[in-house]
Formats: sequence, structure tokens, C-alpha cells
Amino acid sequence: MSDYILEMKNITKEFPGVKALDEVCFKVRRGEIHCLVGENGAGKSTLMKVLSGVYPWGTYAGEIVLNGETQQFRHISDSERQGIAIIYQELALFPELPVYENIFVGNEIMNGLVINWNETIVQASKILQRVGLQVDPTVKIKDLGVGQRQLVEIAKALSKDVRLLILDEPTAALNEDDSTNLLNLLRELKEQGVTSIMISHKLKEIVSIADTITVLRDGRVVCSLDAQERKISEQEIIRHMVGREIENIYPKREGLEPGEVVFELKNWSVTDRQSRREILHSVNLQVRKGEIVALAGLMGAGRTELALSLFGNVPGYDITGGEMYLKGNKVQFRHPAEAIEHGMAYVTEDRKANGLILIQDVKFNVSLPALHKLLHGLVVNEHEEIVMATEYKESLDIRAPSVQTTVGTLSGGNQQKSSLAKWLFAEPSLLILDEPTRGIDVGAKFEIYTLMNKLVEQGMSIIMISSELLEVLGMSDRLYIMSEGTITGELTAEEATEEQIMAMATKIGEGVAG
Amino acid sequence: MKTERVKPMVQTESLGSEVKALLLGNIRDYAMYIALVVIFVIFTVATKGLFLSSRNLINLVNQTGYVAVLAIGMTLILIIKHIDLSVGFVAGFTGAIAAILLMKGWNVWLVIPTVLACGVLVGVYQGFLVTKIKVPAFVTTLAGMFIFRGLLSLVTAGTGTIIVRNRTFLQLSNGYIPDLPWGAHFDFHLLTLLIGIFLVVATIYTQAKSRRTLQRYNFKTTSSVIFVTKLVSLAALIMATTWIMASYRGLPWTAVIVTIVLVIYNFILTKTRFGRHIYAIGGNTEAAELSGIKVNQVTFLVFASMGLLAALAGILYTSRLASATPTAGVGFELDAIASSYIGGVSVSGGVGRVTNTIIGALVIMSLTNGMNLLGVDISFQYVVKGLIFVLAVAFDVTTGNRR
Repeated sequence: MSDYILEMKNITKEFPGVKALDEVCFKVRRGEIHCLVGENGAGKSTLMKVLSGVYPWGTYAGEIVLNGETQQFRHISDSERQGIAIIYQELALFPELPVYENIFVGNEIMNGLVINWNETIVQASKILQRVGLQVDPTVKIKDLGVGQRQLVEIAKALSKDVRLLILDEPTAALNEDDSTNLLNLLRELKEQGVTSIMISHKLKEIVSIADTITVLRDGRVVCSLDAQERKISEQEIIRHMVGREIENIYPKREGLEPGEVVFELKNWSVTDRQSRREILHSVNLQVRKGEIVALAGLMGAGRTELALSLFGNVPGYDITGGEMYLKGNKVQFRHPAEAIEHGMAYVTEDRKANGLILIQDVKFNVSLPALHKLLHGLVVNEHEEIVMATEYKESLDIRAPSVQTTVGTLSGGNQQKSSLAKWLFAEPSLLILDEPTRGIDVGAKFEIYTLMNKLVEQGMSIIMISSELLEVLGMSDRLYIMSEGTITGELTAEEATEEQIMAMATKIGEGVAG
Repeated sequence: MKTERVKPMVQTESLGSEVKALLLGNIRDYAMYIALVVIFVIFTVATKGLFLSSRNLINLVNQTGYVAVLAIGMTLILIIKHIDLSVGFVAGFTGAIAAILLMKGWNVWLVIPTVLACGVLVGVYQGFLVTKIKVPAFVTTLAGMFIFRGLLSLVTAGTGTIIVRNRTFLQLSNGYIPDLPWGAHFDFHLLTLLIGIFLVVATIYTQAKSRRTLQRYNFKTTSSVIFVTKLVSLAALIMATTWIMASYRGLPWTAVIVTIVLVIYNFILTKTRFGRHIYAIGGNTEAAELSGIKVNQVTFLVFASMGLLAALAGILYTSRLASATPTAGVGFELDAIASSYIGGVSVSGGVGRVTNTIIGALVIMSLTNGMNLLGVDISFQYVVKGLIFVLAVAFDVTTGNRR
């Protein structure tokens, strides 16, 4: 009998333009906690999506063997039936429904044709006890904190008699206490015979909890380390993850003295109109000419919200206090159009959702924010547009047959470059990049870093929002760390360390000096 | 010609495979033309040629006029992922206003701008609700459908059907352009024929120009055989239509009006910044907003333009019937929406051309016209039109998914 609960053999998964997984072999022993690590875009989430049936059988090559049997999952429900439960970074709960309904949604306790609500509540309470969450099961999800919601997700998985629990960065948005709770819960579940696969970037956690550590890089398994045999150090993991010296990935930039302050935020406070909660608390921030300033922090720290509130406030927040200065002038923008006029540009976090018009071609996208530059009277000059877009295509090395190619058909890296080209055409003096290298391959990352260096050397200023510590350390001159809507620290690139950033990023915002 | 910049395209594919690729790549566009041809053939056979008579074809053009005008406005609305269900009764209501003002003895040249302004007001009201108050367009215009249906009944309540007798006004949907002074020497309408020849020349010129542009930048173009075939068939189609009209009583005013509206809207959509903004909003509203496009402003203007065109359609329809009736406008919104979708507007927004919408309108109105000739019951006509509509969208969705 095999002591492996799961064996994934030679899994290969391709997307247009990228090989996300390349002959990946991944084995999980029964009853262990198996950590899966790797940089963003290394293929961890893709591998888990293959396992859970999000990418159905047939869209990848290779074999999945669960409990000794070959599986062909065509849908998530197929893998759920086999006792696999996956908990994503973005939680899949219904905020308006109570906890007990969320736990049993899709798995309702029936009494003939109707749902037995009383039994549901009783069962929900039992499961909540098991995960150590002391809340009334009739409370609505929206009234719970992020850490509690994570536990509800796990409770939901347990209600389905889960044998293999997959957690995708479960502690990414949690503070230290909640993280510790969650890790303890995983240990308890292990005692009860539940096998867990955990994707995480937090090496300290991994070292403390993992029985086995598998490192992925660029879609390949680098190694599988047995942590029960010997103690694995964080340094060892980093070495396998990165596979090269940091200097290699982050190009050097000419030592420039940053110039005068071009952008400043004073006591910037923002309230979300719908939840009536203050989401940004008195943020103070300065950016100099020719400087790359990073905004580090965990998911949900309020960095994207900050960028949106500055850049024309599309979500319609209430700016409850504070001032914004651009080149010494006090400004406030009611629409991105005004921000663009004043020389700001914002490359969004999710290029597919709100960065690019995917059904249009490269030139349409690139010219969009600054069409006025191509206007001859009423008419958009298409000749100039083609010439201009082709120049950007060549200078940024956007790999597309022509500027007439639909953006949606390009790979992630080339989409990101198109997104950058579009904002460069608008000739901004302050460029906000929100997770500029998320989900793109190493080569394209390097090209984007090189471009960023060139831009600041030409006198542009960049605010880079990034959750990748190495990227923050490698690229920025100075960095601010955000947590729960507050700036919890400011460091120069020379003095900053990963541990320091992590500590500040997990600090509770309230009462910390900005 | 800057021939030195033109690199010859590598001819790797045979003519046959190119035709095949062209058909597969543009199946959505071709399906529309094929449908039109099939409809024409079926009705011509079923009516023993009556359908293709000059008289009926002119009739078809005049019938299509008001639907085409509505459909052009609707195309913009659908591209930005909204809908306007009220257009039918807005057209009916504004048409009734025209009839009433004419009855009161207003000058026709004062009536037309007044009625168009009323249409814009309606559009402004609905645009305000959609963009400022954020009432979904579906709800706003469904309510509008009730409101303007009610208003139409109210203004026609005292009089019932209002007859229009103003000759100038009636010309709009029933008259023909005057001929040149020396046209009397010919047994056909000279000016109409000259316009047709002009159109052929203009078409060849613009097509050749855009092809040359594509070649200049080394973009993919069709082979010259295909290109010439396309030009010849286009020219033949224009000349045939022109000849039919010239040999009857000339070009109807409706065709002139629709063409002017078409040219203006096609210019706006394909050449101007405003047009780009419309496609951007339809393609991805959030990305458009973050690219500095004032989505609310554009949406508001698109609704205002819809109001304007609905009023124009109302004028054309009242002129065509020579009267305003309490039931004018029933079902126009379906015809307009169906024309747009048959003309290739995408149900998920961001895609569509007004030039194709006109063909879509022709498809819908040929169906109506042909079934009327055959004496098909109106209830059954609804069923057929509904089925064709849903088929067109189903076809679009299935072919769109593969893109």
C-alpha cells in the first residue's frame, strides 16, 4: 500500500504564450502538512487548480492519482466528492448570508424537499467548535473579520468530510495572532487525519509547520525537501525559490540623486461610502523626482484603495480629510481624466479586469488615454496612431504580430507591456504601478524593471505597489509599509530587510505613527 | 504612390484557402448577407416576382427608413452595454406631437426642429436617470415605455387618429428627390442615376485608399483577386439598386435622410474620439473610466442621441402613414434591437458597426414586407420575427465564444 494520498505525475499545462507547468511531479504523503512555495507566477496556483478540477481533465497533460486511483476531474464538484477541498486567497463566502448557511451552502442538510435549518445550525455550531471559532452561527459573514472568515472557509470544507485540504496563501491577509491560530488549527486537523497542502510566501510559517516543502520555479519542481528528516532553513528555501542571486533579477540603475518633492500626501483619510468604514487613516507620503517609492504590505492593506482614491476616485470614496500636492500645487481630482491632465498615470493591478480593453487591438489600447494627441480637428489620425503604437511596440518589445493584434490574445507579460505603453503615451510625470509584475514570467519581469529604471532616469517618479518583498527590496529607493489602511513604517532600500517589512506589514494599523 | 514602402505580401496561401479563411473569419458578417439573399429569393419566388418589383422595393426602402434610424441609435446604446426599450413609443409620441403641431397650423420647418428637440429632451431625461441616479437602463426605459405609451394615448385621446395633410411633411416618407431640369429628356430619373455613379466611384476610391493604407503598414490584406471581386459585386449592387429607383420615380427622400444619418453616425463611431470612447466603454467600462474616459458623459450623450433619432423615426413614421395613431410605435424597439443584433452588434458590448446595422434593418423589414405581401397574419409575423431575432443572437453568441 502506498503511503501517498496524492501523486501528480508529469503535469504539463500551457496557456497561450506561456508554459505554466512543465512536467511537474508532486507527491503528498497521507496525514502530512505539505507546503508549496515559489515566486509569483511559478505555477503553484495553477497546479492546485489542475488538482481541484478548475482546469478540467483534458486541458492539461499528465496524471492525477488519489488514494491509488487515477482521477479525471472534469469539475470542482468531482474533486470535492473525492474529499478534496480548496480554499482560495479570495474567499468564496456570501457576505449577506449567516455563518451556518455559508458553511452548508451547496451541501444542505435536507429534510425531504426542504432544508432542515435547525439541524444545520446545530451542525454548524459543532464544526465551528472544531475550528475554534467562537461566534454565533447566525451572524452574517460581513460582520466577521478576515481571520474569522478564513476559519469559516475551513469549517465549510470540514462539513464535507474533507481528507485533503488545500489552502492558497491562507495567512496572506491575516495579522500575527490570526495566523498563529490558523496554523495551530492545521496542526490539530493533522492529528485528526486531515492532509493539508498549503501555498505560502511566509517562510517563517513554512519552516515552523511543514512536514515536506516542495519548491516550484518557472513551472518546474526544483526540489522536494523533507522537513521531518532535518531542519530546513529559510535561506535554503529562498535559494531554491529564486535560483539565482538577487542582483541578477533586479537591474542596477545609475546612482541618481532624487530631486525635489513632486508629490505629497498629508493626512489623507478616506471612508468607503457603502460600508461607512474608514479605509485609509491619515496617510502621509512623499515622492521625489526620479525616485521609485514602493508601497509594501499584505493583500488588503489598502494600497490599491489609496491609489484609486488619488487617481480620480473612481470607486466614489468619501475623502474625509487631508491634502494632495502635485509639484507644490494643492490638487484633488474628481475623475481620472483630471489626474491624467495633471501628469498622473495608474497601471492597474488587474490588467484584465480594469487595465486593458481586451477585445480591442494594441494600438486602440495604447492611444486611449491620450487620444487628444492624435486629433486632427475632429478626426483621430490613424496613420499617426499606427506609427506611434509601432514605436512603443518596438521600444518595449511587445511581442505581437502587429499593432493590429487583439490584446486579449497576448501573453500576460506582453499585455502588461501594452498597459505600460498606453500610459507612457500619456507622458506622465508620476506613474503609479500596482503589482506591475504579477503573473508574468521572469524574462518579462526583467524587461519591466529595466524600463522602470530608464523612466526614472529620464526624470519620472514612480510609486510601485508590490506584495513581493524581493521586488520591493530590489527596485525601490525608499519604501512605505502599509497595514490596515495606515502607513506603519518608512524605510530606505539600504536599511530595509524582509523581516522588518514583514513585521511592519502585519502590525495592526491603529495608533502607529505614520 | 509610395510604392517603395510597399513590401509585397508573401503569397503563401492559395486563393481557395484564402476564400475559406475569409469566410470562416467573417462568418458573422457574411451570415447577415446570406440571410438577406435567402429572404429575397424566398419572397421573390413565393410572390411570383412581386417582391422584386421596383414599386415594392421602393416601398421596402420607405418602410425600412424609420426602423433604420432607430437601429442606428440603438447600436450605440447596445455597444455601451445598455438598452432602450422606450424608443417605439417615444417615436410614436413625438410623431403625434408633429401631427398635432401641423394640425395647429405650425410651419413644417418649425415643427421638425421642435419635435427633434422634444426627442432630445426625452433622451436627456432617460440619460439623467441612467447616469446620475444610476437606475439601470432596462428599468428606466421600461418605465419610459409605459410613460410614453400613456402620453401617446393622452394626446390622441380627444381626436383619435390625427390626419396630416401638409404636403412637404408627407414628402419625407412618400416623396422622391426632384430631377435635374434636363432630366425630362430621359425615360429614367437622371439625378438618381448620377448619384448612383458617384456612389460607385466614391466606394471604389475609399476601399482602394484603405487597402493602400493597410499595405503601407504591411498589415494583412486580402489578395487582389478577392479585392476586385468584392469591389465589382459592391458596384453591381449599388448600380442595380440605383437603376431600380431611377427607372421608377427616383431616389426616395427617406433614403436620402437615412443615408445622411448613417454617414454622420458612421463618421462619429469610426473616426472621432467620441467614437473611440464608445467602443472603449463597451469593451471594458472600468478600464475606460480609469483611462480617463468620462463614462457618464458619454452614456448621457448616447441616450440624448437616441432620443433625437427616436423623434426622427417618429417624424418619418407619421409622414409615412400620413397620420398619428394611438398605437404608433408598437414593437419598434424589437425591430431596432433585432436589426442591431442581426447587424453584428455583440451582446456583450464593445462591438458593432452602424453600416452593418442598416443591413440588419433591411433583413427585418424585408421579412415584414414579404410576409405582408403574402398576407401572413400579423400574429404569426411576430412569431417569425422573434425566432429570427433569437437565432441571430444565438449565432452571435456561439461564434463569439470561439473567438
